[in-house]
Amino acid sequence: MEKIDVVIIGGGVVGCMTARFLSRYKLNILLIDKEADVGSSTSAANSAIVHAGYDPLPGTLKAEMNVKGNQMWDVLSGELGFEYDRSGDYVVAVGKEELPILDELLEQGRRNGVPGMHIIPADEMRAREPEINPAVSGALWAPTGGICDPFMATIAAAENAVENGVTVMLNTRFLDFRIENGRVTGVQTSRGFFACRWVVNSAGLYSDEVMHLAGVRPEFQITPRRGEYVVLDRASIQVNNVLFPVPTAKGKGILVTATTHGNTIVGPNSVCAAHKKDEEVTQEGLAEIWEGARKLFPHLQPSSTIAMFAGLRATGNAPSPNPQVSYGHDFVIEAAEKPRGFINLGGIESPGFTAAPAIAQRVVELMQDQGEKLEEKTGWNPIRAPRPHFRKLPLDEQKKLIHTDPRYGRVVCRCEMVTEGEIVAEIHAPIPALTYDAIKRRTWLGTGRCLGSFDMPRVVEILARETGLPPEQITKRGPGSEFLYRRTKELEVLHDQE
Amino acid sequence: MIKSKYDVVIIGAGPGGLAAAIAAKQQGAQDVLIIERDLELGGILQQCIHNGFGLETFKEDLPGPSYAQHFINDALALNVETLLDTMVLDITPQRRIYASGARSGFLEIDARAIVLAMGCRERTRAQIRIPGMRPSGVFTAGTAQRWVNVEGYMPGKRYVVLGSGDIGMIMARRLTLEGAQVEGVLEVMPFLTGLTRNYVQCLMDFDIPLHLSHTVKRVIGRGRVESIESVQVDEKWNPIAGSEKIIPCDTLLLSVGLIPENELSKKAGVLIDPITGGPFVDDRFETNVPGIFAAGNVVHVYDLVDWVSEAGRQAGDSAARFALIERRKETRHVPVKPGPNVRYIVPQTIDRESLATGNVRMQLRVRQPIESPVWVEIRGNDNLITRKGELYARPGEIITLEIPMKAYDEVQLVDELVIDVVKR
Repeated sequence: MEKIDVVIIGGGVVGCMTARFLSRYKLNILLIDKEADVGSSTSAANSAIVHAGYDPLPGTLKAEMNVKGNQMWDVLSGELGFEYDRSGDYVVAVGKEELPILDELLEQGRRNGVPGMHIIPADEMRAREPEINPAVSGALWAPTGGICDPFMATIAAAENAVENGVTVMLNTRFLDFRIENGRVTGVQTSRGFFACRWVVNSAGLYSDEVMHLAGVRPEFQITPRRGEYVVLDRASIQVNNVLFPVPTAKGKGILVTATTHGNTIVGPNSVCAAHKKDEEVTQEGLAEIWEGARKLFPHLQPSSTIAMFAGLRATGNAPSPNPQVSYGHDFVIEAAEKPRGFINLGGIESPGFTAAPAIAQRVVELMQDQGEKLEEKTGWNPIRAPRPHFRKLPLDEQKKLIHTDPRYGRVVCRCEMVTEGEIVAEIHAPIPALTYDAIKRRTWLGTGRCLGSFDMPRVVEILARETGLPPEQITKRGPGSEFLYRRTKELEVLHDQE
Repeated sequence: MIKSKYDVVIIGAGPGGLAAAIAAKQQGAQDVLIIERDLELGGILQQCIHNGFGLETFKEDLPGPSYAQHFINDALALNVETLLDTMVLDITPQRRIYASGARSGFLEIDARAIVLAMGCRERTRAQIRIPGMRPSGVFTAGTAQRWVNVEGYMPGKRYVVLGSGDIGMIMARRLTLEGAQVEGVLEVMPFLTGLTRNYVQCLMDFDIPLHLSHTVKRVIGRGRVESIESVQVDEKWNPIAGSEKIIPCDTLLLSVGLIPENELSKKAGVLIDPITGGPFVDDRFETNVPGIFAAGNVVHVYDLVDWVSEAGRQAGDSAARFALIERRKETRHVPVKPGPNVRYIVPQTIDRESLATGNVRMQLRVRQPIESPVWVEIRGNDNLITRKGELYARPGEIITLEIPMKAYDEVQLVDELVIDVVKR
């Protein structure tokens, strides 16, 4: 490999956006991630919302990055070809006693620079969302909020980066830094050593461990907080909007929201996770979610559940860099004083997804501030063309697609109407989808009522055929999550019998 | 060459669809087409390599594929046309069918009559809301069955089966025969939900323990299932504290019920009974949409394939009659309602005139088991019309009852019929 300029540790939405923004310059960039796909941790399990920016405390980095990031999504979604809808969002007050909180939020939003917010009366809220709790007393309307496909936003950013020359290495674990004369000169990974001039820490839940290895912020710690969610069957309920309850000390509360995939999702709660892999959905968590959801929609039934998941927030403990603000969980976005060449991002929890493009832009600026002469490439292409989704096409275009490639005529996932053509295209994409979950996140296959029980054997077969691997090596989400164990009639060889 | 117009188009080549196609031909329909998404005819029977099929129809104990082959041979001998590897994408109430396949391309077909025979699918982890992690290794019993019996792969070494449905018990035996360890079968109900004969032949004969009133509290493992936590439940399904047990395993097989597959039916405007999950049908298996019939597990989930074939035969016969006459004759339907201990009845309505030409068969499931002799009674305006004795009534086993021709006059006068199952 040619000499590397920048190594990015972690391919979540922040790492992938950073790779994409840096790919515009004459730099050799390597992005590594320990998982089998980009965006498979926090970026794959969140509320899928582009926040307007009225929640964070004014003066914090969270507030600044939220509002800046929010403004970037229209252009980004157009360039990178993923689903995004600036639908606006609501904070719904139930009962008169919650109304004053809306005023506080409105004021906070204005101070943060959120445009267009106003309070709407209960009647109007009921008209816009007929099934909502009749006890609604009013709502805060923020027209700049929106919903987004968080999977494809991350994947599309990574793909566009790859198309512009970035190298992405998956299943690659960061181990340690090499630091010489107070400057980062390389990283040790599970796939060997890579000399480089810059390292970006976008390791999310593990950002504390990474920065500690560089000797930066020894007091910084990630305390993962788990958020559990329920996805509802499209056939049983459709919510039209993004609806938050009024926030409490614990956070933004259990929201009920539309998604770009057409499902309604409900969640999250916020509980202290046991460890950084504690993505467990619990009985207690589900009870909490349904109770929260019924505050907004009293008629919601658990029987509408079509999937459940849990994600972990990378909650940090960094004080706000603004001395006028007393806040202990702000983002860390900095170029370390020592070692040089280390861009340190940490504690990127909500509104981290919204903020990701603004953080990526800030990384570019931080490198320039440190004296890096960034020179734009000729021929940098900001456009990543989306691949067709059969079920979203009108009849005549479906016909055309099948005519061009008959594999688009073979439906592999009946519930979500995903074809073999789409699966094969994802397997051979710039970021190849080589696991079941990777294909699922890109095509939405296996998310319907049968939850993959029909498509799973077929997807394993297609993956095996297209990659040349034996079916026993095809996984759900990387090594250790295989589907099949041996052929039938094949005897196990026990070593003590040899 | 696939034509653009057919007398009868059948969607699904399982036992219901095959029997419907044969009956439609025998009834005189000229152009009959079956559209099947899989690569061969026979539907799910092709992966059911265990025996126990055909005792009623052929008086023979056959494996699934052999049972299917009887019907495949008959259908092909009658020149039923088939379109394999093809998925129906949409159906309109005017009976236009849109379908596509890698080999067949994009197709638009008009049918004089349609028989829906898409069968059913398995309930999943989300529908019974098992908490925990989301590793690989949580499969429906049917998915595992396809892997083992059709593709020849073992999806695990050490299994726990949740649900005492038939597929779960049959897979417990099958996996044991293939050298796997099956730790046990958990059933949340206080009784078996599958057939007793499967409990005897699949679990007892292989020393696989059945734990009634038990369920899975959570799934443990990140990459692959590492264990599950089981828990005993009371009669209201509330977990009994202190009864939790960790069972190490790498696979959790789910056999927790089947749901008729009716996404396509809904697109055509067919109304679905919320209890069965299948279309409301009359005694000719016609849905509320004229010319659209439904047969087999797409209507309600049967215990025996023989009944599926019989329902298919009736639906195919009715569809051909409709196609040939192309006009619905005047009908005077009467609804058939479940009594307190009946969960559902199929058909949900009957044409009073049908009794002029023969008995009308009703099939039902009870809510609660009764382990002593029972009466299955049909009443009209509170008067007993007919009744039949059974030795017991169990939710897992369908009860069949015929309304006799001789009830014709009485049925003309009633507003509704009610069926109930009571202790004798």
